[in-house]
Amino acid sequence: MKKTTLIGAMLATTMLAGTASAEDVTLTIESWRNDDLAIWQDKIIPAFEAEHPGIKLKFTPSAPAEYNAVLNSKLDAGSAGDIITCRPFDASQALFEAGHLADITDLEGMANFSAVSKSGWSTDDASVQYCVPMASVIHGFIYNKDAFAEVGVEVPKTEAEFFAVLDKIKEDGNYTPMAMGTNDQWEAATMGYNNIGPNYWKGEEGRLALIAGDQKLTDEPWVAPYRQLAKWAPYLGDGYEAQTYPDSQNIFTLGRAAIYPAGSWEVSGFNGLADFEMGAFYPPVQNAGDTCYISDHTDIGIGMNAATPNAEAAKTFLNWVGSSEFATIFANALPGFFPLSSAPVTLEDPLAQEFISWRGECESSIRSTYQILSRGTPNLENETWNASVAVIKGEESPEDAGKRLQEGLASWYDPQK
Amino acid sequence: MPDTQTKPKFRWHIVVFLAPAVLVYTAVMIYPLFNTLRLSLFTEIDQERVFVGLQNFRTLFGDTVWSTQFWNALGNNFWFFVVHMLVQNPIGVALAAILSHPKLRFASFYRSAIFIPTILSFVIVGFAWKLILSPIWGIAPGMLDAVGLKSLYAPWLGKEAYALTALSLVSVWQFVGIPMMLIYAALLSIPDEILEAAEVEGITGFASFWKIKLPLILPSIGIISILTFVANFNAFDLIYAAQGALAGPDFSTDILGTFMYRTFFGFQLQLGDPHMGSTIASAMFAIILVGVCLYLFGIQSRMRRYQF
Repeated sequence: MKKTTLIGAMLATTMLAGTASAEDVTLTIESWRNDDLAIWQDKIIPAFEAEHPGIKLKFTPSAPAEYNAVLNSKLDAGSAGDIITCRPFDASQALFEAGHLADITDLEGMANFSAVSKSGWSTDDASVQYCVPMASVIHGFIYNKDAFAEVGVEVPKTEAEFFAVLDKIKEDGNYTPMAMGTNDQWEAATMGYNNIGPNYWKGEEGRLALIAGDQKLTDEPWVAPYRQLAKWAPYLGDGYEAQTYPDSQNIFTLGRAAIYPAGSWEVSGFNGLADFEMGAFYPPVQNAGDTCYISDHTDIGIGMNAATPNAEAAKTFLNWVGSSEFATIFANALPGFFPLSSAPVTLEDPLAQEFISWRGECESSIRSTYQILSRGTPNLENETWNASVAVIKGEESPEDAGKRLQEGLASWYDPQK
Repeated sequence: MPDTQTKPKFRWHIVVFLAPAVLVYTAVMIYPLFNTLRLSLFTEIDQERVFVGLQNFRTLFGDTVWSTQFWNALGNNFWFFVVHMLVQNPIGVALAAILSHPKLRFASFYRSAIFIPTILSFVIVGFAWKLILSPIWGIAPGMLDAVGLKSLYAPWLGKEAYALTALSLVSVWQFVGIPMMLIYAALLSIPDEILEAAEVEGITGFASFWKIKLPLILPSIGIISILTFVANFNAFDLIYAAQGALAGPDFSTDILGTFMYRTFFGFQLQLGDPHMGSTIASAMFAIILVGVCLYLFGIQSRMRRYQF
C-alpha cells in the first residue's frame, strides 16, 4: 500500500515536471567567467527566474584562455548557447560581422548606458550595438594599510610623493615596496602602462586623438608613462623578472609587499586572502591639483546568438541585464566588477567603494590599445606588453619603445601613416 | 587445370584487415595534414575564403614583421635542438653504458627512476620546474645558498639570456630516459661472444666501450638523433606551460610551435588567423621533412651495419 502510493507520487511528480519543462524556455549562457559559477547559480539565476516564470537559465562557462576558441567553433558548428558573454572590442566585433551576434540596438535597456560604456560593443561608427555592457574594471593601486602605518607614510597624491613613499618603504626594509613581476608580461602593460598612462595622455582626449591619428606613440604623453615605468624596477622584489602574476598576488596578500598595482577585479579574491586592512589609491598625478584620469575599462558584455530559436526570451533576459536590479546583484556579488549602467547602484564592499568613488573625482577612460588599434599585425596590445617589460628591465629606453610601437602601428594603420 | 590457377585470387582479407587502420589514420593524420597544406594557400577577405597561391609564404618570409619572428623562432628552435643533442643524448648514452654494467647494483631501480619523468605531463614538469626555479618560493636559491653559491643564482626563467637554455635543460631532464632506454636495449643485444673475443685480444674497460660497443650502437644513436630532431621542431607544450603563448621574456623562448599557436589561435587581443597559422605549420613540416630526408639519404644509408 505504502509502496504503491510512493510510486504513484513519484510518477505524478515526473509528469508534473515533464509538463512544466515542456512549456519553459531554457536559455544557455556561454561565458569565460568560470570563477563566477556559484554567483550565477545562487544569486543571479534565481533572481531572474523568480521574476520571469517560464524562462530558465543555464550558465555554462569554459576556461578563460580557451573561451574565444571554444566559442568560435561552437558558433560555427551551430551548437552555441542562446546568450553569449562578449569580450570587448574586436573579438566580439568579429563575431558580429560573421553574423553570429544579433543586432540589439533597439533594446529598451540600452538607454541606461553611456556612450563610453557602449563603445566596447558597438561598430566603429557606434550605429549598431551588439552586446549589453555588463561590467567594467578600474585600475589603481591597492595598498596594505598596516604596512603604511608601520612605515609611517601617507597615501601619495602626486608622482613625487609616490616615489618618496616607495623610497621610504624600501629604506624601512620590512616590505617589498611594490608587488609586480614581469614574467607574464601583461601585468606590466595592464597594471603598469595602462594604469598610470591616462594621467599623461588625458584619458579619452589622448586615446581618441591616437585613433584619429592626431597624436603619435612617440609624443610626450605616450612616452612619459614609460619613463615612469623605467623607474619602477628598484622597487619590485628580488628576481621580479621571473615573478608571475599569481606570485605577485600571493606576495601581497601574505603581507610581504606594501603596494600592489591592481585592477579592481582583485578585490573579491584579496578580501578572502588578506588578513590586513587594504586601501586603494588612484594613479598619482604629475603635479598637485591636476585632474586625475583613471582607466575604467569595459570588460564584460552580454549578447544574443543570432541563430537562437528563443530570441524573445533572450531579449527579455538582456533587458533585465540592463536594469538596476541586475546591476545591484552583480556588483555586490562580485565586488570589483562594476556595473556600467547609469542606474544608481549601492555597493557594500569598502574597497570596491573606494574604487568606484574615483568615478566622481576623476575622468574615466578605457585602455588605449583596445579599440581599433590592435586589429592589425603587429598587434599593438601584445607589443605594449613587450615594450612595458623591456622598459622596466632597462633593456629598452622609453623613447626607443615609443618609436618601435609607432613604427609597428604605422605599418598597417592608415591614420598613423 | 594448372592454367586456371596461374591467376591468384585477390586476397580480400588483406584489405579488410588494413581498412580500420588506414581509415583511422587517414581521418586523423593524413587528411588534416593535407588540409593544413591546402589552407596555407588561402586567405580570408570579407568573411570569404580566397585562394591566394603562395602569397602567405611571401608575407611570412618577405614582410619584416613576420620574418623577424619566424627567424627568431627558428633560431631558438635550433638552439633547443643543439642543447638536446649535446646534453641529452651523450648523457643518455653514458647512463645506458653505466646501467648495462653487469656489476651495478639496483640497476632496475635507477632505470625506472630516470625514466619516470618521461611519462609525466608537460604541464606538471613545466609548473614544477617553474616553482623550483622561482626566486620567491623556489628551492633553487635556498639550495645554492646552502652550499655558498647564492651568487650564482639568477631568476633564470625571467632573463632573456638564460631562459631558453634553462627550459631546454628542463626538457633534457624530462626526456633523458628515452635515449637511455633505446641505447640500453641496443647494448644488451650485443652478444657476449664479441666482447669476450675482444677481451682475449686485450680490449677491456673503456677501450671496449669506444672500440666495440659504440660502433655497434651507432645506428641506434642515429635513430635517437632523428627522433630528437622531429620532437624538438614539433615542441610546444613545455614552453607554453612555463612561459605562456608569448614565450617571454621578449620572445627569447619563442619556438616554431608557440609562434604557430599564437598565430593560428590568436592570443589576447590578437585574433586567430588560421591561414597564416597553416603557413607556419607548412614551413615547420617542410623543415622537418628536409631534416629527416638529409638524415635518411645522407647518413642512414651509408651507415655500416653489423650482423651477428
